[in-house]
This record gives sequence, structure tokens and C-alpha cells, in this order.
Amino acid sequence: MDFTYTSEQDALRDSVRRFVEREFGWEERFRIIRSETGIKAEHWATFAELGWLGAGLSEEAGGFGGGAIENALIAEELGRGLVTEPFIAHVIATQLLAAIGSEAAGELIAQLVMGEIRVVPALQEEAGRGDWRQVATQAQGGKLTGTKTLVEGAASADRLIVSARDGDTLGLYLVDAASTGVSATPYRTLDNRRVADITLNAVEAVLLASGPEAEAAIAQAMDHGIVTLAGEALGVMDAALWTTRDYLKVRKQFGTAIGNFQALQHRMADMLIEVEMTRSSLYAALGMMADDDIRARTAAVAAVKVQASTGGVYVGGQAIQLHGGIGVTEELNISHFYRRLYVIARQFGDAEMHLARFAEARDAA
Amino acid sequence: MQPSYSAEDQAFRAEIRAFAEANLPADLARRGLYDYHPRREDQARWMKILAEKGWSVPHWPQAYGGPGWSGVQRLIFEEEMRRAHAPTADRIGTELVAPVLYTFGSEEQRQKYLPAIRTGETFWAQGFSEPGSGSDLSSLRTRAVRDGDEYVVTGQKTWTTEGHHGDMIFMLVRTNTEVKPQAGISALLIDLKSPGITRRPIWTIDEGLTVNEFFFDDVRVPAENLVGEEGAGWSYAKFLLTNERTNSAEVPHTKRDIAQLRAIAAKETKNGKPLMEDASFRARLARIEVDTMALEVAVLRALTSGSHDGGSIASLVKVRGSELRQRVADLADEALGDRGLAVRLSPEAEHVMFEDGLTPPVPEHGVGISAKAMFRRATTIYGGANEIQRTLIAKTVLEL
Repeated sequence: MDFTYTSEQDALRDSVRRFVEREFGWEERFRIIRSETGIKAEHWATFAELGWLGAGLSEEAGGFGGGAIENALIAEELGRGLVTEPFIAHVIATQLLAAIGSEAAGELIAQLVMGEIRVVPALQEEAGRGDWRQVATQAQGGKLTGTKTLVEGAASADRLIVSARDGDTLGLYLVDAASTGVSATPYRTLDNRRVADITLNAVEAVLLASGPEAEAAIAQAMDHGIVTLAGEALGVMDAALWTTRDYLKVRKQFGTAIGNFQALQHRMADMLIEVEMTRSSLYAALGMMADDDIRARTAAVAAVKVQASTGGVYVGGQAIQLHGGIGVTEELNISHFYRRLYVIARQFGDAEMHLARFAEARDAA
Repeated sequence: MQPSYSAEDQAFRAEIRAFAEANLPADLARRGLYDYHPRREDQARWMKILAEKGWSVPHWPQAYGGPGWSGVQRLIFEEEMRRAHAPTADRIGTELVAPVLYTFGSEEQRQKYLPAIRTGETFWAQGFSEPGSGSDLSSLRTRAVRDGDEYVVTGQKTWTTEGHHGDMIFMLVRTNTEVKPQAGISALLIDLKSPGITRRPIWTIDEGLTVNEFFFDDVRVPAENLVGEEGAGWSYAKFLLTNERTNSAEVPHTKRDIAQLRAIAAKETKNGKPLMEDASFRARLARIEVDTMALEVAVLRALTSGSHDGGSIASLVKVRGSELRQRVADLADEALGDRGLAVRLSPEAEHVMFEDGLTPPVPEHGVGISAKAMFRRATTIYGGANEIQRTLIAKTVLEL
């Protein structure tokens, strides 16, 4: 048992942290989120150059030798700065391709980790409310028809990996984003991320995997993506916690720093407990990612999603409360921490869905 | 003991409901459906209609144009207004400022200001909080120095609710720095068109405009605009804030939100079944309704006791009421599923911080819901943060 990061992992963390501090200052972030695309195209090239796009992928799969630990760590640091680049979408796409493992998938991975193309997953649908396992999109004669929701990074994607059913058989399909029959409804989520609903109307697609192979690839990639998302939640929570701690030391009311009031001290202690339980749940899930026992892996991933969802909304909400009025302003980062944690709590299923998923995995064990 | 609405109360409710149905203009009701910030002109139109009926200021004494209703009748009236999706009154003017004026103001001030508040012609803002004085209001620093027949006001106010709609502002200012903080505070009425006043909007988590900052730079105010006695401002403020807390239980608004939540749930599905059949959703909705029922009776108790119980019941219902407002808004947003994560403001909204030109696929019944869930984080902060309320309860009720 060892919970220390390697020197390579520490170096990776430093590299992401320096990027966030240098390129994603608070004023610069406002310029980016108010821009037409909500992201900055040059950033992705930097991500590729610094090796982050392949850092969480084994060498056999075409990456640079890491795994979920690296991805969670990158996401944690991006979370501190509320970076809006669709990193999680990239992670899920590469993990899907890695799990499929075909030659075509390998070629895509090679381009993806270099930042030469952009591929994003389009797995969710409205009826699922975050549950990617509810798929109604139809594949008939190799053509896809249906609507996928909350597709992050859709505007800059060259290809989409879409889940669809051919009869009763689930499949994963590669779609060229510029194909005839693909239409996107772009919008902004509460956390100022850009997403789109993608409607497919008899769109030409290439089958990547089907049946149990596709199901296993989706399960593996979504678990990896959720763990990465939990890493991001941890970064946001930790930033919200310590920013609030610093404020309590300088904000004076009734002739004293408000951090001297016991009621607020206890609240901060509860917030810290949530942060540390999220960190521990994350480590528990990271420890299961390479395990052959898929049910145990799923249980651990569902567990960290539950903790990150409920703990995140609590920490984000209390960070606002302890800041008082300025906590709800657009200007300050505190309200943005809350908005991101609020969205994360529902992304890929809320706490309730993951509690059920956890219980099912335990039943089967 | 007769702890239920009487036949008279029910007849009263029917009368109010019929009036709203017959007289609320359709465009006002439509905009009210989103529960977004009402437009000033909508508020003024409805206030005028109510004023003609004699109902625009339910809690004022009859001498100043109030209808002479009981506390219970006032609550019924407010519920029916919310139910009809009518625009709210200028609540700063009618609920906060006017009671101070008819209780402590001069006869000239009453005659000058109250009629225009009653008919919705003049809107008011409140100038209490300052950047360094939030929960600790008595530390406020905005100075008012007497100069002949005028006061000269310099300083800064923040969190002025709907200040962008205000014609006049009710200000707490420091007129004496030599005495203890509470004793050096006075209340001034200031015309917001006076030279030397600048306003800055404060955009909030919902991407909307509710609060503002005001800067006062040598603003000259006629001395006749002093309310009551110089140095007595703190006692007026306490009187006013107690009224604010009693109202901030917001039971009528929460009941309206529950009705809206039920309407949303009726249109949504989960796992292929109507959302209302989802056991967890049902339980959480029921719990909100159970808590609202208890809160409503707590408010009715306060309204029928003939006093404000020294503010103790006011603090208590503010704590529970503000938390309920967050819970009902969060559950409504959750009921929308993926759609609750999108930014979708009312298409008729004014003062939109950032127009992204995007139209998310949010159904009509989901418009404004996510913004409301975000902004409700403020309910446990404004009107005296809940931490302050709990301390008040501990001190005044529990005598700890």
C-alpha cells in the first residue's frame, strides 16, 4: 500500500499546474468563456506538446505509459483553474478506442495523443438522465438515427464515437462530424462549458465494435472517464475549500476575523472531511482500475461518483455560504466552483444512479 | 384554538382568486410563469390595478391606504398573487420603507412618499450593506455630514436589491463617529437622481441582475429627508429588518414553486416511467411539502400572535424558509434531467449579463429553472445570513 505519487507524476502535476497559472488566469478565463467557442484552440496543441493527451494511456495502447492515475491528476489540476477544455471527453474517447484495440482504433489513438485530430464520445441520450446505458439511437444498415445529448467538445470534433443499437445488439460507431445528416444544437451549461446535442439522421458510420465487446469497451471507458471526472471534482473542491479558508482569515465582522467563530470553524471542518473522503474514494477507485474483477471496479467507481457528487455540492455550496454575498457574484471564482461541482454531480449520472449501480455491483459479487 | 382556515378565510381566498383571474393582464401572467425578475413596468401596472381596488399595500394601516386585513388574510392574499403568477410589488418600498415612514417618519414625509409607493409610481431601493459591513451592519461607514440645510453623503453601498429600478433610496448613514457604532447611525431618504451617485450592476451566479453597488460622492441631501431623529437610525433598521425576516419565510413563493415542480414532474420521465412514479423523487417532493406545511403554520402563528415575538419567530422561519427555497429549486432543476444543466433564461428577460446567441434544447416548462436553482444560494445569505439568525435564536429564544 503506497499513496505517494511517483516523481514522474509529481512532475506531471507541476506541469499542469504551471500551465493553469500561466494560461488560465481569472481574467483570461473570462475572455475564453465569453468567446464564441468557449475554449482556446491553442491550448489543445499545448496539451499535446506536453504529453497530457497520452499520459493516461499504456504504451501498448499507443500512449505514454500511464493510466487513470495520470488522467485523474491532470483533471484535478485543470479543475483548480476551472479549465474549460474538453479533457474528460478526450479521455473517454481514447479509452474507448484502446478497449476496442483494433488496427483502425490504434491509428486514431496515434493521431489523438498528438492532438492531430479531435474525437469525442456521444453516448448519452436525454431519456437516460446521465445514464449512458440507455441507448435508443438506431443503427440500420450501417446508418445511425437518433439524438445524443451533452456532447462536450462537439464543436471542435472531427469524429464522434456514437453508441447505437442494431436490433438488440449494442454497437460503437465512428462518425465523421461533417457527414450529411449530422446536426448539432450547441449550448452552454451552467459551468460555462460548451456542449451540443447531436442529431443523427441516417448518418453513414463505421462499426468499431459490437455486442459484448462494445459493452465492455463502454463500461471500461466510462469507468475511466468517471474516475477522471472525480479527479477534477477533487481539484475544484480543494480549491473552493482553501480559498474559503483564506477568506475566513481576512474577512472581519464584529471586530474579528470571521474564522474565529466556532460555527464557521465547524462548517469548514465538515468541508475538509468531504474533500478528504473524496480523495480517499478516488484512490480506492484508482486502485481498482486495472483489476480483473470488473464488478469490484464498477463498485469503486460508482462509490467515488457518489462521494464526489454529494461532497462536491456540499463543499461548493458552503464555500458560497461562508463567503456571503460576494460568493454568489459572477466576478468571483467561488460561484463558478459551485456551478462546476453542480454540473459534475449530475454528469454521467447523479449520486442516486450511482448508489443503485454500486448496490447492483455488490449484489453480483 | 381553531388551527385551520375559517369559512370567512376561505371566502376571502375565493374573492382574491376571482379578482386575479379577472384582472391580471395576460402578458403579465405569462412573464410571471417563468418567475424571472419582473419588469418594473409590469409591477407598476399591476400595482395600479390593485391600488384602485384598495389592495396594493395589504399590511399598511387603513389610514394610509391599507385594506385593514388580518395577518392571515395578508398571507392568503400573497399566496393567491403567487398562484396567479402576478408580478410582485416593489417590496423594498411597500414592505420595508413604508412601515418605517408611517411609524417613524414626519407627517410631511408620509404625505410626500406613501401615496406614490401605494400606487406603484415610485420605486425604492435600500442602502444598508457596505463592502465591509454585511452581517455586522452596525459597522457601516458611509458618512453624512450636516452642512446648513443639507447633509453631504459620501460612501458606498452594496447588495442593493433591485436598485436599478429605484427612484429613491432608504439609506443608513453614519452621522456621528464619536459615539458607539449603533448610536451614530441615521436614516436618510435620497433621490437616486441626485448628482454624485453612480451605480454599478453586480452580476450574479444566475447571470442575472438583482443587486447593485452605489457610490456616493459628496451627494447633497435636504435635511428634511432625515427620518425621525438623528442617531436613531439603528432602531429603525432593526424594526425594518425584523419585517424583512418575517416576510423572508416566503411560504407563498415556495408553495408556488411546489406547484411548478409538480407541473414539471408531470411532463418528465425517468427510466421510461413518469417522474412522479419514481419512488425517490416522490419521497423528496413529499418531504418538501411536509416541511412547507409546518412552516406555513409557524408563519400563521407569528401572524396571529399580534406581535413579532421579539423577532424570535421571524429568525426561526427565515432559517427554515430559506433552506426550503433552495431545496425546491434544486429538485425542480433535477426533475429536468440533462436539460437542467443548460443555461436557459426567460426569453423575455431584461438585463441579461451575457447573450451567447445559443438556444439550448430546454422545453418550455424548464425555462429559467436552472438560473433559479443557482440564485437560490443567496436565500440563506440575504436578510441576515442564517448563521446570524441561528445566533439570534440561541440568544433571544433559548437565552444561551
